[in-house]
Amino acid sequence: MTTVTGAPVQRAKRASQTIPDSGADTHGPALEPLLFELARPGRSGRHVRAEKTGDVPEKFARKTPLRLPELTEPQVVRHYTHLAQLNYSVDAGMYPLGSCTMKYNPKINDRAAALFADLHPRQSYRTTQGVLALAYELEQLLLKVTGMDFVTLQPQAGAQSEFTALLMFKAYHQKRGDAATRRRIIVPDSAHGTNPASAAMCGYEVTTVKSDARGNVDLEALKSALGPDVAGFMLTNPNTIGLFEERVREVCDAVHAVGALVYGDGANMNALLGIARPGDLGFDCVHINVHKTFSTPHGAGGPGAGPLCVKAHLRPFLPKPWIVKEADGSYHYDTAREDREPERLGDSIGKIGKTLGNFGVLARAYTYMKTLGEEGLVETGRDAVLAANYLLALLRGKYDVAYDRPCMHEFVLTAARQKKQGSSALDISKALLDEGFHSPTVYFPLIVPEALMIEPTETEPKETLDAFAAAMIRIAERIEKDPAAVHEAPTKTPLRRLDEVGAARKPVLRYRPA
Amino acid sequence: MTVPQDLRYSKEHEWVRLEGDTATIGITAFAQEQLGDVVFVELPEKGATVRQFSSLGVVESVKAASDIYSPISGEVIERNMKVIEKPELVNQKPYEEGWMLKVKLADKGELQKLLSADDYRAHIGETAGSGGS
Repeated sequence: MTTVTGAPVQRAKRASQTIPDSGADTHGPALEPLLFELARPGRSGRHVRAEKTGDVPEKFARKTPLRLPELTEPQVVRHYTHLAQLNYSVDAGMYPLGSCTMKYNPKINDRAAALFADLHPRQSYRTTQGVLALAYELEQLLLKVTGMDFVTLQPQAGAQSEFTALLMFKAYHQKRGDAATRRRIIVPDSAHGTNPASAAMCGYEVTTVKSDARGNVDLEALKSALGPDVAGFMLTNPNTIGLFEERVREVCDAVHAVGALVYGDGANMNALLGIARPGDLGFDCVHINVHKTFSTPHGAGGPGAGPLCVKAHLRPFLPKPWIVKEADGSYHYDTAREDREPERLGDSIGKIGKTLGNFGVLARAYTYMKTLGEEGLVETGRDAVLAANYLLALLRGKYDVAYDRPCMHEFVLTAARQKKQGSSALDISKALLDEGFHSPTVYFPLIVPEALMIEPTETEPKETLDAFAAAMIRIAERIEKDPAAVHEAPTKTPLRRLDEVGAARKPVLRYRPA
Repeated sequence: MTVPQDLRYSKEHEWVRLEGDTATIGITAFAQEQLGDVVFVELPEKGATVRQFSSLGVVESVKAASDIYSPISGEVIERNMKVIEKPELVNQKPYEEGWMLKVKLADKGELQKLLSADDYRAHIGETAGSGGS
């Protein structure tokens, strides 16, 4: 293995670690024992004397001893180090995960977030002026990037932001008196699955419109689906195929013409940074996945945050409280003033999450934006698009492209050719693990057969992109010669091909001692 | 796309073959192609009751998990253990070895609510055209 990604394939084997020869067996010996299996009675890292303090009333005191594993400190440190070594992370190598912008998280983000570790979510604005200042400044930055007028930081993920926006759509139509007749939300067939799910959660019926031959929303199909019973349209731009919606203004105009609203799914905002603003394109609102675009932890690695940015006509319906900045530079919450009568909720849909959302995550996003500056953010979007197009150019010869036109931050290949030869997108994604790379997103978007959705992001140097392309080409050539060669992949990872269906259908979620 | 002439079809892409009062149920070639490689099939056990247009089980592919809707009502006589063990049969032979359930038909009249091969062909032409799912 000689990839520049520092591929984690060649790892020092520990004497106690046996790597199984054959794959598929997920119930085989664990590569790292559980803490409970390593524990022996009486071991500890510190000598702690049990003392009755009287702080806990007798009726709440435990009657049975806590069942905690007993280990020495080095045992615990080594256990977690071993687990980390078995893992693949963005700190170890490239994650070409399309539609998810799995980019490197600069370490300075964590240092900044740690400054706020002691913040209590219910703390008064009087004692958290700096916190409110950061939140307010972040709001201004997000509005500048999106071209919107107002924002809520409360939603804790993109999907919750969708839910928030659709509740606001409902409130908006209610205010105008026709919410009862507006029963439908329209989504493109390339949409993220959360879009129709959020609409259904809000009680809407979902209508799907197809994509045209260039991968855009089919404008004629959209127009025939629109009517006075439509509440809104949800659009991702660039869409999940990694393409810019070429007629986005016409699309938004058509939706507005029937009195409906346009929701912007901001999952792919990375491509637009400093180049185009949803607010200028006709969207009524857009969410930002700060864990995608603004480099905060992501994907089982940490809680996300999904601020929702809206145009002025949707402001009255935004979740409350709002952060208000006074002329003297002080901040407060409008519905929680302590010095005089607080504002009322008005038309707000109410509270959707913690007042400051996932503040630790938002503090990281703020740090990221501040360290890059305006110039750096513009470069980020451009480099992301350049990297994706460079990779697409390298791979075009060996793989078919679903919609072959200049892409944005990601592109979708189809392994249709390899499928005919006898291997699938799944085989290719597993073979990539043997090459020392994380797999791309596969089988999404649903409209592309044998989809491989690749997003390199702006963080990868040219050498890594070249190494990734070389790996993909090597795999395609192996399949040309012998499709069965990749059926057993991966063969060099700590575990082989996993029983993914079994893991989903019959998960083992609880430790039971043997 | 294969749509055998002698079967009845549901709009949700299941087929029924009737022999006496025994109905064999499966999903169509169109359905398996839309799903992609099928990796898991969950079916009710013998003796269970299925109702027309209600979910009878789940088919999971590399892309998605989808409900299977029963095209008719009745009592399950047999489920195809072979497709449970080898779900790829659904992709390979959707109308033969890929069948899912044999059901004792409760009401022959229900067949009137299903599509003929020609109607189903028109239906998937339409579905494919509108991209709906």
